[in-house]
Amino acid sequence: MKVKSLLLIAIFYLAFVFAPAYLSAQSTTITGQITNEKGEQLPGASVQVKGSTKGASADLNGKYSITIPSKDVVLVFSNSGYTVKEIKPGNDMVLNIQLAQLSEAMNEVVVIGYGTARKREVTGSIATVSAKDFQQGTITTPEQLIAGKVAGVSVTSNSGSPGAGSVIRIRGGASLNASNDPLIVVDGVPLSGNNIYGASNSLSLINPNDIASFTILKDAAATAIYGSRASNGVILIVTKKGKSGKPVINFSTQVSASKLVKKADVVSAADFRKYVDSLGTGVTGNRAFKELLGDANTDWQDEIYKTAIATDNNLSISGSVKNIPYRVSVGYLNQDGILRTDNLQRFSGGISLSPVLLDNHLKIDINVRGAINNSRFANGNAISSAVYFDPTQPVRANTPFGGYYEWYAVDAGTGSVTLNKLAPRNPVALLNLFHNTSIVKRSYGNAQLDYKFHFLPDLHANLNLGYDVAKGEGEIKVPAYAAQNYLDSGQQNKYGNKINNKVAEFYLNYNKTITAINSNINATAGYGYYDNLSTNYNFPNIRANGDTIPGSKPKYLLDKPQNTLISYYGRLIYTYNTKYILAASIRTDGSSRFSPITRWGTFPSVAFTWRINQEKMLLNSKTFSDLKLRLSYGVTGNQDGIYNYPYLGVYSLSDNASRVLFGDTYYNMGTPAAYDAGIRWEQTSTYNAGIDYGFLGNRINGSIDMYFKKTKDLLNTIPIPAGSNFSSTILTNVGNVENKGVEFQVNATPVRTKRYTWDVSFNAAYNDSKITNLTATKDSTYPGTLIGSIQINSVGYSPSAFYVYHQQYNKSGQPIEGVYADVNGDGIINQRDLYRYQSPAPKFVLGFSTQFSIDKWSVSTVLRANLGNYMFNNLATGALQSNIFNSLGYLANTLTEIQKSGFYYGQQSSDYFVQNASFLKMDNLQLAYNAGKLFGDKVGVRISANCQNVFTVTKYTGIDPEIYGGVDNALYPRPRIYVLGVNLQF
Amino acid sequence: MKQKNIFTTTIVLSVAVLLGACTKDLDRKPLNSNTSELQYSTPAGYKQVLAKVYGSYSLVSSTGVGNFDVNVAGITDAGTTDFIRAYWNLQELTTDEALCAWNDVNLQSFHNLNWTSSNIFINALYARSLFQVTVCNEFIRESSDEKLAGKGFPAADLEDIKHYRAEARFLRAFQYWVLMDLFGNPPFVTENDPIGKYIPKQIQRKDLFNYVEAELKEIDGSLVSPKQNEYGRADQAAGWALLARLYLNAEVYTGTARYADAITYSSKVIGSNYTLLPHFKNLFMADNNVGNTENILSIAYDATNAQNYGGTTFLICSSHGTNVDDNKKYGIPGGGWLGNRSTKSLPLAFGDYSGNADKRAMFSSGTLEIASALNFNDGLSVTKFSNVNSDGTTPYSPNGVLVNTDFPLFRLAEMYLVYIEATKRGGAGGTAAAALGYFNKLRQRGYESTAGNVTSYTLDDVLNERQRELYWEGFRRTDLIRFGRFTSATYLWPWKAGVAQGAGADAHYSIFPIPSPEIISNTNLAQNPGY
Repeated sequence: MKVKSLLLIAIFYLAFVFAPAYLSAQSTTITGQITNEKGEQLPGASVQVKGSTKGASADLNGKYSITIPSKDVVLVFSNSGYTVKEIKPGNDMVLNIQLAQLSEAMNEVVVIGYGTARKREVTGSIATVSAKDFQQGTITTPEQLIAGKVAGVSVTSNSGSPGAGSVIRIRGGASLNASNDPLIVVDGVPLSGNNIYGASNSLSLINPNDIASFTILKDAAATAIYGSRASNGVILIVTKKGKSGKPVINFSTQVSASKLVKKADVVSAADFRKYVDSLGTGVTGNRAFKELLGDANTDWQDEIYKTAIATDNNLSISGSVKNIPYRVSVGYLNQDGILRTDNLQRFSGGISLSPVLLDNHLKIDINVRGAINNSRFANGNAISSAVYFDPTQPVRANTPFGGYYEWYAVDAGTGSVTLNKLAPRNPVALLNLFHNTSIVKRSYGNAQLDYKFHFLPDLHANLNLGYDVAKGEGEIKVPAYAAQNYLDSGQQNKYGNKINNKVAEFYLNYNKTITAINSNINATAGYGYYDNLSTNYNFPNIRANGDTIPGSKPKYLLDKPQNTLISYYGRLIYTYNTKYILAASIRTDGSSRFSPITRWGTFPSVAFTWRINQEKMLLNSKTFSDLKLRLSYGVTGNQDGIYNYPYLGVYSLSDNASRVLFGDTYYNMGTPAAYDAGIRWEQTSTYNAGIDYGFLGNRINGSIDMYFKKTKDLLNTIPIPAGSNFSSTILTNVGNVENKGVEFQVNATPVRTKRYTWDVSFNAAYNDSKITNLTATKDSTYPGTLIGSIQINSVGYSPSAFYVYHQQYNKSGQPIEGVYADVNGDGIINQRDLYRYQSPAPKFVLGFSTQFSIDKWSVSTVLRANLGNYMFNNLATGALQSNIFNSLGYLANTLTEIQKSGFYYGQQSSDYFVQNASFLKMDNLQLAYNAGKLFGDKVGVRISANCQNVFTVTKYTGIDPEIYGGVDNALYPRPRIYVLGVNLQF
Repeated sequence: MKQKNIFTTTIVLSVAVLLGACTKDLDRKPLNSNTSELQYSTPAGYKQVLAKVYGSYSLVSSTGVGNFDVNVAGITDAGTTDFIRAYWNLQELTTDEALCAWNDVNLQSFHNLNWTSSNIFINALYARSLFQVTVCNEFIRESSDEKLAGKGFPAADLEDIKHYRAEARFLRAFQYWVLMDLFGNPPFVTENDPIGKYIPKQIQRKDLFNYVEAELKEIDGSLVSPKQNEYGRADQAAGWALLARLYLNAEVYTGTARYADAITYSSKVIGSNYTLLPHFKNLFMADNNVGNTENILSIAYDATNAQNYGGTTFLICSSHGTNVDDNKKYGIPGGGWLGNRSTKSLPLAFGDYSGNADKRAMFSSGTLEIASALNFNDGLSVTKFSNVNSDGTTPYSPNGVLVNTDFPLFRLAEMYLVYIEATKRGGAGGTAAAALGYFNKLRQRGYESTAGNVTSYTLDDVLNERQRELYWEGFRRTDLIRFGRFTSATYLWPWKAGVAQGAGADAHYSIFPIPSPEIISNTNLAQNPGY
């Protein structure tokens, strides 16, 4: 108010003192009102005569009055948060002006590493997704919130199981053997990749409902401040905080039903019977195949899957007490998997406090969150068993195996029972007799203190102390009679571990605008300490009757793998004339994974940003509301995902089942470990060029980025000369990988009126990754490093390319068993004819989101597509006559694929099974009704109906084309989920 | 103001504490491991490493059956990296004695005599042998007189460690013999070479022969006297037995026959108080570690304490199907693996292969003829090794698959056969009468009567007798090469070189290729001819 009064006085002053002068110069007075698009008045908006110092401000009603020297001047109308408008008054004496609001994004403040920045001034390639843009529906794990939302970020869920994790890749993977997972930082606390036993995914212990935003740092300019851990990109998660004011209570509840979308295409009981009958007198074991047929018609997939119900309830209260803003939240999730017996229950809670003390000089942020997950994990083997189990057999039968039908033999003489060990197990028994339950508790949080020095308010000191502790424990119980553990007489095996991660960070930040030289300096220098400790417990194997299986007693009851990282970092952002921004950062990291000689790595970055729209030529452009050019280069490092002590030559004693007999005593072996004393950081250099653009008051905005990433000194497990170490392969620094790509993002609001709003967002990313070197020595004959049995890393190809024979076909297009192309033309078909055919990584990843609102109704959808990704259909490789037609004394079903290929013995390495798995998926379709304030204007009500995994368009013949890694081994199917939700706000 | 000061002080202190939690936290050490100094600080520590020296050929890893310490890329089944299993694949599947039904290109290439340098089973053996060499080198390095000086160990312990060291040198010599026999010119590393970024040099077969010979002679005095060492550990007789084997094949390795030396060293073993077990089958049963007067050195397996899906578990399980009664009869109620069986050349070598005459003929189900190499029931299964005790009981196995049978690496019968063959080939120092005596000793034990005794024999008879006595014990390829019958078309067996009636193959298959990953990583190596 004070400012405004001063302005008014100033206006009066100007009017009275200078008016006579203008009058004498044939001056004119223009009046009018300044409003926004909705007609709301804009008090304090300014009007100025272009090229002069003459100006005026609008009053409380948005009304202004300005005297101009001539009709030919140009008037500039502006208001913070709005576009600038220039008008020549001509003969008009009254000018009512409407200013367009800038989109929120323009002024949005985003988190960057160690601080925040206004989005329009950000120098790196950064994308932010806030709560309103998240994927909707039943989302149990946070990373799924941003699937398909950001160019260059792919999120692939591992399965359809509740709480299952995902593989997150930012701009493809930089590494071959070390981790390719991005660093995830929650409220300034980096999460370790430590595995928590009993949690299928450690992120599932974070309630997605507590998350306010994701910020993804992609190029080195943005990530280098995280130095060694940033090669794979950084994801910054900010949780919801309290807001001052009256307490706001928010309650949301969802109920959902998950259904199987597509079954594996297996031979029906009738067709199977017909086929076995046709085998006539064929014999397996000592009985004819025909004799083994049962009378039932069982669809084993129907038996193992069900429609699964889930509820997710969240309650939060935010407000302030004694000027301390707070937010308290609790959540309860109970989700069944579509695979029977699969269940996840999560209880979560969180408190955040954000007091400001010492006369606004000390800002404190305290976050404490926790969750308890109670899980029962279904036996995933049931999924492939349901494909292979004979459909003519019943689920239940009078057998010694808990009353489930199994393949077994009875000794005619003694009546003793022998299970057919090689036959598939009854899928229903696999589920019902397998009790794998776990309880996982996790708490994480931090206290961040930001102190603005009293004697120098431009200087901030920031201290952030964080913790992440978890305890997971579980037990697998299988009764002795269960066929699945028959040889071991059942089991009641325990597992458990604890993690304890500590983070301490301190930095000083100095931010000063020096008007004299039209510059801003923003300097940061800091220190970080990160310690990750796990305590993993070892247990013996216990039979169902409580006996310990001999030889299984662990030599050590526990192990405590630990790694520590210490960092020093600094950053300088220099802005000249608000247009040119030069940023540089440097970080030095020391890792306990490397020897004292190699452990310190230095990771610099520089970036230049030109805010082109601040240039005179564009300042008043009606078209461009934002235009920014970003150029950056930086080096980041990687040391995650590898063993904790790879440089140490140590001895450890062998397990009790791996001992050596001397005389009549068994000795535990003192075993030297293979090591590379000189192992060091993997380094990625990234070049990035990008443009951020905004048109028409940022109603259309987005960015285009091009990048080139070159990773050297890959942490790579390679063959080493035999005899030079205690292994044939060792983790060392060898090889180079290059990634290059283009990313495009556009967000637009084609329609924005009082009643209608239509938002559209589209992103596309192209990435090409290639291995450019793999070995310490150059040799063109080296085929590469095999991955699993069907893929290979080879120089000149994408990582994990399929390494297969080229299948030959007959005239009718049917593959001919065992006939492959002689690729190298030496007249012999052998391993030398394997060739590299396609890879699992998509060339293009596309995402599309849109929302259309009419009054209180809105409909929204998210679509995603991957193009150019291939999959090895490993389920189909098992579609063999020899599986049905085996000599092992049982019958096995198979996929209808067998009717196409008719393979007898199988073609494990044929390119016939490598299929194009490009797809288009509709992830989400939602209809929501925002009823507004009801019940006497007290309760805000929002109701939504949602469908997830709506459809998939693909040529791939398996159940789902989206499997990370490109090998389809009976994926736990992702269900289609129907969700109803209600949100109440008090 | 006061509050402000307190706060500033807190900040300053926090920073001091943070920076003070200094870089020594980066020196993290694994909880359950020792540094090398600590490991070798006690005599018991030396014995633990000696266990690894032996465990390198009796086990696949120090961390159970599911892991393998050689880490060969492309191998997913840890059991295939076991020494005996890998050695057996190369020595037996390439011959008339065995054929595997598993549909794996790498395995099938053994019968087909068309393997390449990317064959992972070849790499498994190569890596396993050199792994044991590397562990031996480490032990030899750490047990030198200089290293032991000043540790203050009692004299008796120092004497033990001297024996350990000689045994490590013996095992290293054994593996160099394996590498020389299979690969010709392997890389050569000793205790004088470092661990780490080092590229070993290649050694020529002839030079390696001289090295193995010299080593074995040099350690003779440091090994424990015959039959005086702990079970499972090598003694002097093991050294002599290896020398005898080496000399018998000397002409293959160096071009110069050394039959007289073969006679000398086989005689030394024969004169060391070993006797043939009365019943042949007891040599290959679960309790063959008890009262075994014939074996000179065995690799010990145990279903509980020394678990391994290679070794005798592999030999026994892979030679049986899923017939319940059959599985129980041979002590593997957990069921067989439907893998290996014989070509008809093996049973027919006995003439009457029913086992009624020569009890060494131990065959069961299957057909004599092989229509399909991939059908387990085509070809007679071999029941020589079993997991049953000599009293008919079945020893404990946690899952009915892992077995307790030990593998005879050196046994007296082989020494008789070395003596017999070397004498027949005109080696000095042997007598025909003694040789005939040994020949009939073996046959008499086989028949458990004199019904099979002979009055004379030819050199071909020696090869056949070796087959009847030593089949499936990993000798066949070496024997066929010594007799010039491995790749040539003069001697054929079903499915030799991938042809039903058998065919010859190029002579370069007499030596295996250096594995391709090794050719890449070790630039000092020249590939064997033909690969």
